[in-house]
Amino acid sequence: MAASRHVLDYPRFLGRLLWMSTDGSWRFYVWMTALTAICLVGANAWARQLVDGMALTGMSDHVSWGLYVANFTFGVGLAAGAVMMVIPAYLYHDHEMHDVTLVGELLAVAAIALSLLFIVVDMGHPERAWHLIPGVGRFNWPVSMLTWDVVVLNGYLLLNLHVCGYLLYMRFLGQKPRKRWYLPFVFLSIFWAVSIHSVTAFLYSGLGGRPFWNSALLAPRFIASAFITGPAFVILLLQVIRRFTGLPIGEGPGRTLTSVMRVTVLLNLFMLGSEVFTAFYTGGAHAAPVQYLFFGLHGHHALVPWIWTAVACNVGSAVLLHLPASRRHVTVLNVACVLAFVGVWIEKGMGLIIPGFVPSTLHELVEYVPTLTEWKITAGIWAFGLMLLTVAVKVALPVLSGQLASHGAHEPVQRPPDVARQSAA
Amino acid sequence: MNDVTRRTALKGAGATLGAAAFAHALAPLTEWTEDLSLDAFLQRHYKELTPSDMKAVLWRLQMDAKREYGRDVTIQDLPPQEGVGFGYALNLSICIGCRKCVEACHQENNHDRRTGNSYIRVLEMEQGSLDMERGNADYDHAVPAPGKYYLPVQCQQCDNAPCVKVCPVQATWKEQDGVVVVDYNWCIGCRYCEAACPYHARRFNWSKPEVPADEINPDQGYLSNRIRPQGVVEKCTFCLHRTRAGRLPACLEACPTGARVFGNLLDPKSPIRWVLENKRVFVLKEELGTRPRFFYFFDK
Repeated sequence: MAASRHVLDYPRFLGRLLWMSTDGSWRFYVWMTALTAICLVGANAWARQLVDGMALTGMSDHVSWGLYVANFTFGVGLAAGAVMMVIPAYLYHDHEMHDVTLVGELLAVAAIALSLLFIVVDMGHPERAWHLIPGVGRFNWPVSMLTWDVVVLNGYLLLNLHVCGYLLYMRFLGQKPRKRWYLPFVFLSIFWAVSIHSVTAFLYSGLGGRPFWNSALLAPRFIASAFITGPAFVILLLQVIRRFTGLPIGEGPGRTLTSVMRVTVLLNLFMLGSEVFTAFYTGGAHAAPVQYLFFGLHGHHALVPWIWTAVACNVGSAVLLHLPASRRHVTVLNVACVLAFVGVWIEKGMGLIIPGFVPSTLHELVEYVPTLTEWKITAGIWAFGLMLLTVAVKVALPVLSGQLASHGAHEPVQRPPDVARQSAA
Repeated sequence: MNDVTRRTALKGAGATLGAAAFAHALAPLTEWTEDLSLDAFLQRHYKELTPSDMKAVLWRLQMDAKREYGRDVTIQDLPPQEGVGFGYALNLSICIGCRKCVEACHQENNHDRRTGNSYIRVLEMEQGSLDMERGNADYDHAVPAPGKYYLPVQCQQCDNAPCVKVCPVQATWKEQDGVVVVDYNWCIGCRYCEAACPYHARRFNWSKPEVPADEINPDQGYLSNRIRPQGVVEKCTFCLHRTRAGRLPACLEACPTGARVFGNLLDPKSPIRWVLENKRVFVLKEELGTRPRFFYFFDK
């Protein structure tokens, strides 16, 4: 019965959300203006890079991937980890989690969008992206792991868009969501979250000529660290939401996510230690990239301060999370989350990509330092991701909390005049 | 109500300002789209081009070369010959590390002059060791140096090529005669192949190649030495514009010591077959299972 009605009403609903997203307090406008400015700087740098070529980056034939691919990898992890919220909510029937599950899914959407953008700016010919469209171009599936990544990333994006959109729309209509329209997709997205980060790990670990990456432990390490950054980000985000929107979010979800992190930070450190042991105890050519990363090699040591910062952050967050103070003082928890986030960003970013190329396959040592162009573009994409997330969370939460609802979908929806203000920022 | 109109007006102003700033930020793109023709954008994959498509493409590319580099060039698309499978061998006992091959490759293949690019890298290695970690590609002294030998490395034209496997759009593949090629008009510039290659055999065009008109080699192939566009990957093709016409690779002709042997692996009477049958031959990084068509041997 309702199918034909929804065809019109759903776009209308989305339109209203979009319009609503442009309303907010002065804090919201300042925040969005700042992000827009950073985005524009990034867009301009990217346009220049397209014209003048990727010689504007610090990459070379020796180190052919750099900051962009590093951030891509991290972004995929963030998206996978964001779905950590879904497991307690649906698998263990933790009802308090249900309300905030959506936040995790929205974060996943923003993180995937960010990852895809990092791939676009890393391409020499982005206008040829249509060569990747199955049927139209020549999709090297199933042989190329990159095609698997295209499939899983876009699939994950669609899955999360569907679940978020459906749940919000039903809440908006004041109807009970029908399980068969979202539960199968939710369960699928849990498996899918694991797949996006495993496939991304296989991109690297499948290359026999790169000993630093050619490790079966890479995919598990990726998953462990994803389940650090996702929860860390959501814990911080929930506090921001509680503070600026006044929405009632219980303590439960934060506690659950903290417990998850207590396990994953240790697991991540353990696996890192296992890899370091294998490399150094064996020695030889296989140890060279690890040697370069941690201690420098033949006078080259660009990454050494980076990786030790990461180790300090990771160990620091592990210690803080296991102190009783992390249960009592939210500041301690917040510091631990920030440390964990930064630590993994370095370790699964530059600390993972660059040593794959140093020393090169002919054992030459050519170092890589990102240029200003790369930093500008990277900052621009992160700003864009944060804009997406801000808008998504800002329009989704009033719907979720019932502040914005349609009373009978056929009637023109009256906008409560105070909603915009209340949901501001 | 008044507040709403003022708010809407401010939003309108903000949106206009934003759009203008966005247009300004992306303004360099106009420069980029000038170089991008619709024909080039829509061009199909090499294997999907009909003979008449190919004719049109080659003509367009020749016009581009004339316009952008000021040189009349001939770009051909020579197919592999029936019953030919190319192989290359290199005698490490007599290579003196002079890098004439590097230079010849640079000129023959219209490499960027600013970067001095070449498909060949010569490693100066310690006598008695195959450990590349103890090699050096940036030596700058008289050769041959005592206690050293020289290991030139170029594309190994692997039969199980990691670069071909990983390409997401099939922009690189192995031809019937064993040469791994790249369609420069199909490559999306992701550089996954560069990451996958264990021999550092691929090069990316980080910027538009600079070659003076009078130094351009006008004898060009679609899949080999035509001047590459910015933002695509390229590699050694055993000089297929020469070798498919019965000539020898430029690196071989330039070698002063005769260390290089090239030929048809399928012809039992070819010199390359003689080397494989009579010398002690090895390939680089055999443990990776790439099955190279580039062989190394020693006299003693």
